[in-house]
Amino acid sequence: MGFIFRTFSSSIGKKMLMAASGSFLGLFILIHVVGNSTSFLGREVFLSYAHHLHSLGFLIPIFELTMLTVFSFHIVLALLLLLENRKARPQRYAVVNSRGGRTFGSKTMIYTGGIILVFVVVHLLNFHFITRELPIADVVRNTLQQPGYAVFYIVGVLALGLHISHGFWSLFQSFGIEHPKYTSTLDRKAAISGLMVGLIFALIPVLALLVPGFLL
Amino acid sequence: MSDTSKIINLTLKIWRQENGASAGAFKNYPSGPISTDMSFLEMLDVVNEALTRQGEEPVAFDHDCREGICGACGTVINGQAHGHQQGTTLCQLHMRNFKDGDTIVIEPFRSRAFPLIKDLIVDRSALDTLVAEGGYVSVNTGGAIEANTILVPQQTADQALDASECIGCGACVAACPNGSAMLFVSAKVSQLALLPQGKPERAKRALAMVRKMDELGFGNCGNERECEAACPKQISITNIARLNREFFKASLFSREK
Repeated sequence: MGFIFRTFSSSIGKKMLMAASGSFLGLFILIHVVGNSTSFLGREVFLSYAHHLHSLGFLIPIFELTMLTVFSFHIVLALLLLLENRKARPQRYAVVNSRGGRTFGSKTMIYTGGIILVFVVVHLLNFHFITRELPIADVVRNTLQQPGYAVFYIVGVLALGLHISHGFWSLFQSFGIEHPKYTSTLDRKAAISGLMVGLIFALIPVLALLVPGFLL
Repeated sequence: MSDTSKIINLTLKIWRQENGASAGAFKNYPSGPISTDMSFLEMLDVVNEALTRQGEEPVAFDHDCREGICGACGTVINGQAHGHQQGTTLCQLHMRNFKDGDTIVIEPFRSRAFPLIKDLIVDRSALDTLVAEGGYVSVNTGGAIEANTILVPQQTADQALDASECIGCGACVAACPNGSAMLFVSAKVSQLALLPQGKPERAKRALAMVRKMDELGFGNCGNERECEAACPKQISITNIARLNREFFKASLFSREK
């Protein structure tokens, strides 16, 4: 089995692991954004969605542990790649001038990644590691009605959208999936879908902040 | 001189370094009067003549054919490998692309795998090492076989020819934010993997070249696309996607170790 280790410790192998863990996390985001959208349909629908999630029983800890593993793996690998890439150019350029290849999303991957990490920790402290006394709809309302938290959540999810705008296309390239008929479309759709995810998530703190009856 | 040619004066901020072991620094030089019909390298020749007359060491830079096909020239001009004009080697970049009074910052290609030799000259033999590792086809010597014995579809031949346009200048490495050589390796691997003559060794080639690339101290590809934008031969990153596939197949599904 040495060949497996050898493959995935190579530069291309590491990129593929980055893409694989990224696509897993991306799938979770997709489910999460669809689930969160139930909040736009009112308190009852949102509470019923939360109830159904909680009734999954033993699947929940298994899922949580998998998420924690993949998330940590994605971060550790990103830091490893960052360090290796820094070492590949010991003497930096005095003038750095993009030729138009990089996008704002691709340039800022490591920073948006950092913001997402902080965001996830705060997010879990707000909604996961809490005593389950209040209905979740009220916890969401109470938290996101505070302007400080609302802004923090908006910044966090927009960073996530930006991260996805590069990551979504990038994972296909890393897996070697490209075709002249759909690659350029995929690239544009990736940027748009990243933005969409960010905006849908951001709509929740915006509504909580501006609409007094949200989730009541 | 053409009707549109002008004379411009520039300030050059050039990286000077005696050798790889010594410390380097930027030094400012006035270009003197430069015709806009000159190429960038001809402009450097003029500057070097003046430096020689003043008894100062001329600026060392690599060059050979000066017609954009050999891959010998290349420095970073204002933060861009080969300068800002798309699909152009430094020797084909003309001074009409600059304005009178401009300051131009000239730096060598920077990569751990390209140790500096002097001033703007770096040692790019790492790219030759990569080709020696697998960027070839093994053929028996003897009389040349009839050219059309093995038929190649036109589209495939075109794709292989596009990849084979790589002149090995190293601009992709210089332009990559991560100092990765993926565009170079992918061009070599693609060119041969597409053609029937290259197929027998395709798995071995992909494994050997990627492993050597990692060993030589290049960075990891981050899909930033700066290489493609800087490449004077405009080699596409679809070749990188192909290399990823070739490497994956060779690693997990071929008999090659």
